[in-house]
Amino acid sequence: MFELSTAVELEGNGAVLVARHAPVGMVTLKAGLNRAISAALKQSTGAGVPPKRKIRKGIAWMAPDELLIFTESDPDALIRELDSRITAPALLADVSDARAVFTLKGRGVRDVLAKGAPIDLSPEAFGTDDFRRTRLGQVAVALWIPAPDEARLICLASVGQFVFDWLVNASQKDSLPDYFST
Amino acid sequence: MLLLKCPYCGAKAEETEFSGGGEAHLSRQKSGSTDAGFAAYMFERRNPKGVILERWHHAYGCGKWFHAARSAVTLEVFGTYSVQALAPPKDIIAKIRARLPEWEEKK
Repeated sequence: MFELSTAVELEGNGAVLVARHAPVGMVTLKAGLNRAISAALKQSTGAGVPPKRKIRKGIAWMAPDELLIFTESDPDALIRELDSRITAPALLADVSDARAVFTLKGRGVRDVLAKGAPIDLSPEAFGTDDFRRTRLGQVAVALWIPAPDEARLICLASVGQFVFDWLVNASQKDSLPDYFST
Repeated sequence: MLLLKCPYCGAKAEETEFSGGGEAHLSRQKSGSTDAGFAAYMFERRNPKGVILERWHHAYGCGKWFHAARSAVTLEVFGTYSVQALAPPKDIIAKIRARLPEWEEKK
């Protein structure tokens, strides 16, 4: 899903590699996140509702009543399937084209993100299954760090170019404080 | 810098991830109220030097509104609580009293 070979924009000359992915399948689920919803999700995707501010098996916790489901198959098919299984009031929407998805790769990914996000990005406070909605510069983003030298970030597609340029600028060579990567 | 904890998503964050919503626990003037009463509801806000109760919006995070009790002087945050609350919960009042024993919530 996040292969760099299919990236639509890539900058590899900086301290870390910055890539913008081709649209990734994403479905927003807005509902009271109860056991019934978790069971329906498990049947359709193999994973239930993740704990607060976590991402587990491609399902991210966005808010107390909102999840973001990443999917490699057709989002519309997933929506139809979930819709038939969920009986409580719920909203399902295909947001694949509404979001921009980025991968950062390299030793200094935490340092790059820490330049613009007002959160504790130390490995102790922000682990590999943590998912955080915050801001980067002045735009809203959500980010997670699935592997030690790899970060992923999503934002609204309308600010995608801004975020790409921001990340490339923030990851210029010799510009990192090496606070987290030493 | 003001450090708040969103009671809904549990995230600890600093002030720039939130947006302020002004004084909390105002009661809306109902129909039949006087012009002076409505003007007071619309425009008159307390600005105490000390404990303030405010509404905050986790704008860059989970998008929920909540209440916060903090000191306007030291920026100490006594706690955050549910947006549905009509008054600060007992545990937050106790925390405020522990620091400022003479504090009274003004109605």
